[in-house]
Amino acid sequence: MSGGTLCYKMLNVMCPMHVILNRNGDIRFAGPTAQKLLPDGSLVGRSFLDVFEIKRPREIKSISALREKAGMKLHMQFRDPPHRELKGVLMEGPEVGQMIVNLSFGISVVDAVQEYKLTAADFAPTDLTIEMLYLVEAKSAAMEASRQLNRRLQGARIAAEEQALTDTLTGLKNRRAMDQVLADLIAEGECFALMHMDLDYFKAVNDTMGHAAGDHVLQQVSKIMLNEVRSRDTVARVGGDEFVLLLRDVEDPAIIDQIANRIIKKLSEPIYFEGARCEVSGSAGTTLSSNYPVLTADNLLGDADVALYESKYRGRGRHTFFSEDLREKERDPALASSRTPIVKHA
Amino acid sequence: MHGLVNRAIQRFVVDSYGSAQWAAVARNADLGFVEFEAMWTYEDSLTPRVLAAVCDVLDRPYDELMEDIGTYLVSHPNLEALRRLLRFGGVNFLDFLHSLDDLPDRARLAVADLVLPRIELREHNPHQFSLNCEGDIPGCGHLFTGVLRAMADDYGALVFLEHQGVKDGVETVAIALLETDFAEGRGFELGVSV
Repeated sequence: MSGGTLCYKMLNVMCPMHVILNRNGDIRFAGPTAQKLLPDGSLVGRSFLDVFEIKRPREIKSISALREKAGMKLHMQFRDPPHRELKGVLMEGPEVGQMIVNLSFGISVVDAVQEYKLTAADFAPTDLTIEMLYLVEAKSAAMEASRQLNRRLQGARIAAEEQALTDTLTGLKNRRAMDQVLADLIAEGECFALMHMDLDYFKAVNDTMGHAAGDHVLQQVSKIMLNEVRSRDTVARVGGDEFVLLLRDVEDPAIIDQIANRIIKKLSEPIYFEGARCEVSGSAGTTLSSNYPVLTADNLLGDADVALYESKYRGRGRHTFFSEDLREKERDPALASSRTPIVKHA
Repeated sequence: MHGLVNRAIQRFVVDSYGSAQWAAVARNADLGFVEFEAMWTYEDSLTPRVLAAVCDVLDRPYDELMEDIGTYLVSHPNLEALRRLLRFGGVNFLDFLHSLDDLPDRARLAVADLVLPRIELREHNPHQFSLNCEGDIPGCGHLFTGVLRAMADDYGALVFLEHQGVKDGVETVAIALLETDFAEGRGFELGVSV
């Protein structure tokens, strides 16, 4: 009996969440932490299998079946709500027919310590539960800090993209930048020309020679345009193969026509990508700020678009100035649907 | 230096003296930004510069500032998470003292690249201890003095702490544990609702 007493004392310290069953499977004793699992120590005196349902191994419905599973991991669950799950392992006790079951909360320990109001003293000093709880909190805090950082970075990225003024492929200004420059020109009341230029046959290059070739063509085209304008002019890529040129301080249509034709001529020369010949050309339409008593960006862009359309209509690879009568002309619907106007005008 | 360290200094200044003072510190230290990111790594030279700027802007002696930061880390409600993590170290202050040797490893478990000062507890008798600290930033002994003072309070223990100076880069803090259960202390439950 003294050996037994020694064993129970040991169990209380080393396995505070154990229960001792008699030969009939009744709980005769519960360790200090196990006692907290049911209110007021009501665990003692009840039949183990009345309190717990053994979920795995599945076939355990009787105490004799339970006894055979000594040393095995038991998955069990309280029969009463909230049906908390527990892990357990059973061994024969020092007295005849006696069984000792050591219990653990397993992965649900975070909820369990809260529910049963457990403290560090409820776990054996060698039990890693406290370290695990520490880790759960520490990792959650670190993860939260990282999540916040990610959210801020994502926000900053979106903001940066929204504010970007450069077309990353060509290094030209993008649509947003062009809108700003145009608005400034209108506000300053300067005299300028707006040229809308569209590549011809670009889709064919993209489709037959691949996007890498298409990208290369766009980069070469950008260089050509930049070379033909002055540094105070603006070249913007406003769509896949659409460009807008804003030429400052020019009124003379002859000069503008010259610039446009020089660009179109150079665009018509073959561009080589990895030895393969890519052929495009350009169509352009221009409107002059001096055409308008009142300037609006939409009018300018719309009218340049009408002039560009006329160039396409007349066989591509050419430049046209906007005039009122162009707007009235009858159009070939097939040609009209092949491209999207830069602004929708009524 | 880990962003968590720099961010802690920032939060100390903001929570104790306000955002305007912190903005002044950021300018004084020539940071070029105002917010430290907790999960980024910054150049090591930045932290001493920021601490010097804090002393300058708040007109506080360096050692005193370090101790205040230590106290702040444990006792300010905005940093409850940190207090809780420290409380996992032990069930009472004595237990906590003995857990200090593990502190850098515990910190690394949580944030792998966070390097804390090397610390070692020496037990002279059951009531007399000393803590040796050696960190990359001078004054970590003062910082730990603040941390220990606030933790003693948290546990409800009565202690006497004294910074005993620096020798070969190692700072020593003398700890006299007068009473473990002097006052009620603050509660600590293992489980918290997140």
